Amino acid sequence: MSSISFDDLKAIMSRCTGELDGRELTESDLSTSFTEIGYDSLAVLEIASQLQREYGLQIPDEAIEEMDSPQAVIDYVNTNLAAV
Amino acid sequence: MEAVREAQKTASVITGVGVVAPTGSDREAWWQATLDGKSGLGRISRFDPSGYPVRVAGEVTGFDPADHAPQRLVSETDAMTQYAFAATNEALADAAVDPARMPDLELAVITANSSGGVEFGQRELQKLYAEGPQAVGAYMSIAWFYAATTGQLSIRHGMRGPCGVLCSEQAGGLDALAQSRRVLAKGTRLVVSGGTDASLSPYGLVCQLSNGRLSQVPQPDEAYLPFSPDAAGYVPGEGGAILVMESLAAARARGAERVYGELAGYAATFDPRPGSGRPPTLRRAAELALADAGAEPGEVDVVFADGHGVPELDRQEAQAVAALFGPRGVPVSVPKTMTGRLYAGGAPLDVAAALLALRDQVIPPSVNTCPDPGHLLDLVTDRPRAARLRTVLVLARGYGGFNSAVVLRSVDTPAPLTHLSAGTSSHIPRRNG
Repeated sequence: MSSISFDDLKAIMSRCTGELDGRELTESDLSTSFTEIGYDSLAVLEIASQLQREYGLQIPDEAIEEMDSPQAVIDYVNTNLAAV
Repeated sequence: MEAVREAQKTASVITGVGVVAPTGSDREAWWQATLDGKSGLGRISRFDPSGYPVRVAGEVTGFDPADHAPQRLVSETDAMTQYAFAATNEALADAAVDPARMPDLELAVITANSSGGVEFGQRELQKLYAEGPQAVGAYMSIAWFYAATTGQLSIRHGMRGPCGVLCSEQAGGLDALAQSRRVLAKGTRLVVSGGTDASLSPYGLVCQLSNGRLSQVPQPDEAYLPFSPDAAGYVPGEGGAILVMESLAAARARGAERVYGELAGYAATFDPRPGSGRPPTLRRAAELALADAGAEPGEVDVVFADGHGVPELDRQEAQAVAALFGPRGVPVSVPKTMTGRLYAGGAPLDVAAALLALRDQVIPPSVNTCPDPGHLLDLVTDRPRAARLRTVLVLARGYGGFNSAVVLRSVDTPAPLTHLSAGTSSHIPRRNG
C-alpha cells in the first residue's frame, strides 16, 4: 500500500478501539484533536501500532506524540510511505 | 445520648449496592437466587476444562459488557473491570447520586483486586508469543494491573479524590471498605468501593492451582462444602459487588432514600508464619472489629463466615466463632457456597448479602453443605431463615495470612427534630415520673 485514505484510517480506528459512541466519524473530524473526538493517548498508541503492522512502517515514539488528529496521522503515514 | 448521635452523624454508611455474580447479573436477581438457594456453580464453560484438575467454577453468565459501558471502554478492559462498570452503574443508581453533579476531588474510588485482568493479559501474551511484541495492544499496559478497575471507574465517573486499590486476596474487599471509611472520616464526600475479580481463563485458573486449595471434585453440588466433614477445597468464582459509601450526615443531607447500614467496626490481622507454632488470628480480627464497633458478641445477630472449604481452615474459623459466641451461639451462613470464592469480589458480595439481610430481615442460606457437628456451628442451610437482624459480622480471609472482619449495623430511622436539638433531657419522659 502506498497511501492511506480517511476511510482506511477510520477502519483502523474502529478496529482498535470500537465504534465511537453514538456517532460516525466523518471527514469534518479530520482536524479535530483526538482528545476532543474521545481518543486518549493510549488509543493513539494502539492506532499507531496497527499502522506499523499493516503498512510495514517503523513509527518512532516521538512521531506518535505528534499525532494529535486524524489528519496528522494521515499526513505522517503518507509522507513516510512516499519516502519508502 | 448526644455522643451516640454525634457518632452516628459521622458514621460511614452504605447507600447503594450493585452486584454481578454467578447467581445473577444484578442486585435483585442475585439476591432472589440467593434466598432461593440456587447455586451458580457448574462445569467450566468458557474453555474446555477436561485437561485441568479443577473442572467446577462459579461463572457469570448472560452478561454483555456492552450493556453497561461504551464499546471503547469494553475493548480496553478485562472482564473484572466490566463487571465493576455494571455494578457501579447499579450502585450509583441505587443511591440516586450523579457524580457528574458533585465536585470531582470530593469523590473517590477504592476497590480491592486480586486476579488482575488475567484473561485480557493471557490474550495479549499469546499474541506476544505467537506474533511478537508489535502485536501486543497498547491497552495491555492498563487493563491487567490491580488498579485498572479503580482507574477506569475514576475516569469514567469523574471521581478524582483519594482513590486506591487494596490487594489482600479474599480479605481485600473488607480492607477496601475500611479504607473508604477512613477517607470519608477525613472529609471525602462519597466513595465507590467494593471489588470485582475475574480469574476464570485457563491462565487464570492455572495461577490459582498453586495454592493447593482448589476443589478437584467434578460434581458442582459436591465440590465446595465448607464446614462439612467432606470439605475438599473451594470452588473459584467471578464477579463481586460495588457499594456506595458516604457519611450518614451527607446521606441525610441529600435526602438519601435508603441507608442499608453502617460500617460500624473493622479490624485486620495477619497470621504468624506457618510453622511458628503460634495460633491463627482470625478470632482476634473479629474481636477487634467488635470492639471498634463498640459491640458485644451478644449483639451480633448473624455471622457471614469466610467458609474456606479447606478442613484445617474450616476448623480454625469454627473455633474462632464458637470461642466468641459460644457453641451454636449465633446463626452462621456461607452464601458463597452458591457462587464460589470470588477473591477480591467475595467479601463485598458477602457485605451486600449482609446489607440485604438487614433490609429484608432474613438470613440467606448456605447450600450443599452439612456441617460437621464437631464444629458447634448453627449453620443456616438450604432455606433462608427469618430473623430479627440489626448487627452482622462478616469475616474474610485472604491467602497468605490476611484476616479481616467488619461489623455492619442497621441505622435507626431519624429521631424527631425535638430530640436532636440541644437540651433535650427535659423532654425525655422519666420511667417512674
